[in-house]
Amino acid sequence: MYNFNYQTASSADDAAAKVSASDEGKLLAGGMTLLPTMKQRLAMPSDLVDLSKAGLSGISVAGNVVSIGAMTTHDTVANSKEVASAIPALAKLASGIGDPAVRNRGTIGGSIANNDPAADYPAAVLGLGATIVTNKRSIAGDDFFTGMFDTALEDGEVITRVDFQVPETASYIKFPNPASRYAIVGVFVAKTAGGVRVAVTGASPCVFRASEMEAALTANFSAGALENSSVSANGLNADIHASAEYRAHLVGVMAKRAVAACS
Amino acid sequence: MPSVSMTINGKKVLGEVEARTLLVDFIREDQRLTGTHVGCDTSQCGACVIHINGEAVKSCTMLAVQANGAEITTIEGLANGDELHPMQEAFRDNHGLQCGFCTPGMIMSAVALAKRNSAPSEKEVRHYLEGNLCRCTGYHNIVKSVIAGARAMS
Ligand SMILES: Cc1cc2nc3c(=O)[nH]c(=O)nc-3n(C[C@H](O)[C@H](O)[C@H](O)COP(=O)(O)OP(=O)(O)OC[C@H]3O[C@@H](n4cnc5c(N)ncnc54)[C@H](O)[C@@H]3O)c2cc1C
Ligand code: FES
Ligand code: FES
Repeated sequence: MYNFNYQTASSADDAAAKVSASDEGKLLAGGMTLLPTMKQRLAMPSDLVDLSKAGLSGISVAGNVVSIGAMTTHDTVANSKEVASAIPALAKLASGIGDPAVRNRGTIGGSIANNDPAADYPAAVLGLGATIVTNKRSIAGDDFFTGMFDTALEDGEVITRVDFQVPETASYIKFPNPASRYAIVGVFVAKTAGGVRVAVTGASPCVFRASEMEAALTANFSAGALENSSVSANGLNADIHASAEYRAHLVGVMAKRAVAACS
Repeated sequence: MPSVSMTINGKKVLGEVEARTLLVDFIREDQRLTGTHVGCDTSQCGACVIHINGEAVKSCTMLAVQANGAEITTIEGLANGDELHPMQEAFRDNHGLQCGFCTPGMIMSAVALAKRNSAPSEKEVRHYLEGNLCRCTGYHNIVKSVIAGARAMS
């Protein structure tokens, strides 16, 4: 790993200021993606600004909104009674990320800022129409994920929390890569105040909404309603784990299972 | 160079490290505690698992500076003198290791699981050990060891 300056931030604004003041600074959350990348010398930040003391972790529920601080670990979300009772699909999603040691360090803010094509949280953020709150503004889930490893965040902008509206019902099912547990395909289905939403991760370079499936489920919210809707294999990911056609097929299978699991 | 201080296996230690020094290197090279292993460079194998403030973490995916002020337990901190920890004893009794390379990480993960769940089922053990890879045993005896060790700990 190339060397860098290590700094700690006392707040989100302090972190943003320290990143802006540095040459090519980066925020450090759980380090579960950033540090392996740096070990491979695929990233060479001049500074790492550690968010662990910036006061950004914790879960609160107010009315119909579950707010999760950016530095909240996957393990904390997986074991939160508040999350389990308000949005059980979200707790279950968190409990299936990677392995216990990854869940003890990895954070929701780091996961969505990174926007890995196979990550789990982006499916929940898009599937529940969550709002991403930063040190500067609020960003709608629909506008946040802009491309592979790319988001609407500006340089040095710090996610402080994610606000999830409690849905009527929701479920997330993934077909995990057996080695890493990342999603080969994962589908998040939710019935929200704003309508039915179906978000797909793992299948394409960036998480997306399956609009044909949303329409079918709006007419009839049942697994059977998806019998005749499909996702095109055009532009889907293909690698040693799965071809584009296989991924397209898996989207249908995971979506049906997710709908069936909605109570 | 940044200075760090932490408690490792009950002993307070101080050191000067580069910012990029991984916690596992601080533990192995500076503290000479070589029971914690490095089996990969992709954060996937779990040979480096230690406890930080009681939680299982991969010490190859943490900087030494991030552990400043932490309470750390490594595999060396489990036994009580010559008396093995019940989880270590269970691995010995159940043939839970062959070459032993993955064993420190397996045992540290297993102890963390047993602290949360004193009677884990086979399925729960397999789910919890997803981040610990073994090239020798085929896992069967490891799972048996963890179930027995958790029982012995409770
Ligand atoms: C073995 C292994 C298996 C994994 N399996 C899965 C899996 O099954 N599913 C899955 O979804 N993920 C998986 N992951 C990834 C894991 O969930 C990471 O925790 C996550 O992607 C990154 O979160 P982090 O807190 O570790 O962020 P870091 O690695 O610290 O940071 C990642 C990026 O986000 C930026 N960032 C961090 N926090 C903020 C913030 N608050 N505001 C703005 N930018 C920020 C950083 O600058 C960096 O660019 C796995 C990782 C490993 C090592
Ligand atoms: S050395 Fe392989 S996960 Fe740490
Ligand atoms: S006993 Fe050899 S790697 Fe597990």
